[in-house]
Amino acid sequence: MHANRIAVFLRGCARLVSRGGRWYFAWLALLALMIVTGIAGYARQATHGLIATNMRDQVSWAFYIGNFTFLVGVAAAAVLLVVPAYVYAWKPIKEVVVLGEMLAVSALVMCLLFILVDTGSPQNMWHIFPLIATPNFPSSLLVWDAIVLNGYLIINVTVVAHILYKLFNGKAYDKRVVVPLVLLSIPWAVGIHTVTAFLYNGMASRPYWNASILAPRFLASAFCSGPAILLVLFQILRKTTGFPISDEAISKIAEIMSYAMFVNLFLLGAEVFKEFYSATEHSVYTRYLFFGLHGHHAIVAFAWIAVACSFLAFLLFVVPATRRNIYTLNLGCALIFAGVYIEKGIGLVIPGMTPDTLGEIYEYTPTATEWMVAAGVFGVGFLVYTLLVKIAVPILDGRFQAGMDVPLEVAPEAKPAH
Amino acid sequence: MSDDSRSLPVVQDEGIPGEPPEAAVSRRAFLQTVAGAGAAAALAACDVESSLRRHFKELSKEEVERLIQKVQRDHEARFGKKDWKVTARAPMPGVEFGYGLDLSRCIGCRRCVYACVRENNQSRDPQVQWIKVLEMDKVRGVDVIESDAYYEADAVPRPGKFYMPVQCHQCRHPPCTKVCPVKATWTEPDGITVVDYDWCIGCRCCMAACPYGARRFNWATPGIRAEEVNPHLAVLGNRVRPKGVVEKCTFCIQRTREGRYPACVEICPVGARKFGNLLDPKSEIRYVMENKRVFIFKEELATRPRFYYFYAT
Amino acid sequence: MAMYWRGRLAAAAVATLCTWPVAAAEPARVSQPKAQPEAEKKEFDTPAPPFALGLFPCTGCHTEPGNPQKRDLGFHDEVQPLRHGPNRWCLDCHDLKNRDMLHLTNGELVPFGESYRLCGQCHGDKYRDWRVGVHGKRIGYWNGKKTYFLCVNCHNPHAPRFTGVETVMVDGVPAQRPIPEATRPEPRPRRPQEIR
Repeated sequence: MHANRIAVFLRGCARLVSRGGRWYFAWLALLALMIVTGIAGYARQATHGLIATNMRDQVSWAFYIGNFTFLVGVAAAAVLLVVPAYVYAWKPIKEVVVLGEMLAVSALVMCLLFILVDTGSPQNMWHIFPLIATPNFPSSLLVWDAIVLNGYLIINVTVVAHILYKLFNGKAYDKRVVVPLVLLSIPWAVGIHTVTAFLYNGMASRPYWNASILAPRFLASAFCSGPAILLVLFQILRKTTGFPISDEAISKIAEIMSYAMFVNLFLLGAEVFKEFYSATEHSVYTRYLFFGLHGHHAIVAFAWIAVACSFLAFLLFVVPATRRNIYTLNLGCALIFAGVYIEKGIGLVIPGMTPDTLGEIYEYTPTATEWMVAAGVFGVGFLVYTLLVKIAVPILDGRFQAGMDVPLEVAPEAKPAH
Repeated sequence: MSDDSRSLPVVQDEGIPGEPPEAAVSRRAFLQTVAGAGAAAALAACDVESSLRRHFKELSKEEVERLIQKVQRDHEARFGKKDWKVTARAPMPGVEFGYGLDLSRCIGCRRCVYACVRENNQSRDPQVQWIKVLEMDKVRGVDVIESDAYYEADAVPRPGKFYMPVQCHQCRHPPCTKVCPVKATWTEPDGITVVDYDWCIGCRCCMAACPYGARRFNWATPGIRAEEVNPHLAVLGNRVRPKGVVEKCTFCIQRTREGRYPACVEICPVGARKFGNLLDPKSEIRYVMENKRVFIFKEELATRPRFYYFYAT
Repeated sequence: MAMYWRGRLAAAAVATLCTWPVAAAEPARVSQPKAQPEAEKKEFDTPAPPFALGLFPCTGCHTEPGNPQKRDLGFHDEVQPLRHGPNRWCLDCHDLKNRDMLHLTNGELVPFGESYRLCGQCHGDKYRDWRVGVHGKRIGYWNGKKTYFLCVNCHNPHAPRFTGVETVMVDGVPAQRPIPEATRPEPRPRRPQEIR
């Protein structure tokens, strides 16, 4: 009986994702292309080993792990939007929760995939499972990360699935299930980012990471980049699906982001002061990041671009006029996204390992294989989000329930924001 | 007096010092290596037995025996008939290994690097080396940022320079084992930190954690010619590694657990390398610690290495 | 000047310890004093001193006690001038009457295989460290039998400042001997960007 209803729900979901307009399928085709590219890249990497990347003993974590770190921030921040949604009692609270959690789910899928493609012996991955193998708990932060990320994934999938399933069956969602889980997901979001920060932070061998400011900086930057993505998504959905979110709500998010940006810049400034004023041998990594070292300058330009992006975005968000203007707001979103992506993807991992623990400088740049694999992972993540949104929006606004035909006008299409 | 106490492995009938190892590789040998690597890769892909066995420390005596046989079979399959001797010797009771390196003696000749490669079956291509010799300015002292591991010279030591070989410090508080998510690396009772190559997932957390740059990753399947392989193998030591796992110095576990000196100690032409049992008050390493000026590399990290640098003069 | 010293050094090495006519790169067979006069048990297991082929026993030429007068010799050019501290000469260490032996300052005869006792008379601190395995080199078993390399396996006694060593086989046993050339380092490791 119940199994039957679930089957109906799943069939309904399948019907939703299998129908859509030209743009929808064009977007799916693009994602499929990305995924195929990724599979090709990964096949090459699996055959030859990680030598297909440009990681070496000197820089043994790089592009994959940088993307992983950035996406943990996205996953965390998406859910943190639930807080303002509650505080300001927005009308479309359940939509905000569901869309935020779906973004978290997609980001987590990408996170786990980036970890998977980064491991040298994925066939041994099961050794991390409890009971059947030997997780090094509580000592290893990677085990903690695996626990919190998977836990977070389960929480978010549960909430989203529950809400959609109930609405699909024409019922209100069960507050006793959803509210505690949503409330749990908020500290958990802080948790995943803190644990990920600690993964780096705990490495006393790498002074660039071994600074207590690292976890706060992670959170601050996540509060900038995660909502930036959601702001743009909200606008896209509002345009393509009539998603009911007000200018007021968007402006509130932007306001919160401006605080986060300030904290982010402040913490960066605090770190820069400490490094350059004390100028110990530990400041060599920050020096490499911003000025280069021994004639090696590969990431200096990126470092300054990231700072410039973050600073400009802060200006755009802190001035009410530019915050309310949709164009400058979106420009700010793009800038802060770029700023944080560079900061996490390049500025965190690479200087942490350059120079290496014996002072050697190896200037890493990703290989084509790494770009291909990353494209594939992003393709999977975007696909997951696209399909989830395609299912969720018509169910959320009540246009699609058990026994109904698929509404024709609800194809969320991947158009640019404008 | 038996000759096997004279175990100095310095006389090589191949691999002339001063010539890069790859220069000696003929095209045919290279192709053999490639073919061998390909076959090994294919083999590794379907090596279900290795992927499904339990953690090394959970294996019974019989299972360890089976593992030893499997390691021998795998090596025979890849490298052919040889005088294989695969061991998984337990640590000796009452032994904790310690290592001393005399910075006032080392001349930076890198003999240790290549003796280690030969003894421990490191990959020749891509190149894997467990010991890295840093050249430093005497006026700067130990300053890794200004050090150079790639010095080339007609003669060493070069004027104004001193040399600091770095390898695994076999820490008492190893940051590497702490971060391993699957307990694939641990410190044995005799102080050797080992890696179970079949258990490692290749996440490289340990490499990020090690302050001594001591851990090496197999970015590709190790390339070793059959005639180069040292057939005296330890399961947790110098057996040829699969691709995608981390490896490191084990104080030549296959030698030292049989009482012999590590290869780097025996090759060192200036006798800068000292090795012994820290629990034996009469050992040379204890003498060094009690009578010489000892310095601990990156002491502030409290890793408490069993590897000591010292100045004999 | 440097060339001069280099030449002298090479000459010094040629003579006593460590050279042979042609193929220096090839580990050479080296003669060993057969059966020491005293059959007493050696304190340390050491390789035989790395004499050049044909040089030992000294009694091959020195059949009679020579002139004990300290002087400049007209022969053994290879070791002259002696560069081992000021005011030294041959018979400070070599015994006048038994040319196949060395002697301590108290007159006690010491075979070449125990030359460390002779060296230790002046270099007491090094001798102390050597005995416990800290100065110099030992091979073998960390928990058992060790082969101690002699002082003269690394230092040419006639020009003892360390320059370099090379591997030799002494009666089928690997050992090393000092050479006047400094050591050439093994190839540098490949840089990460060269590993593809």
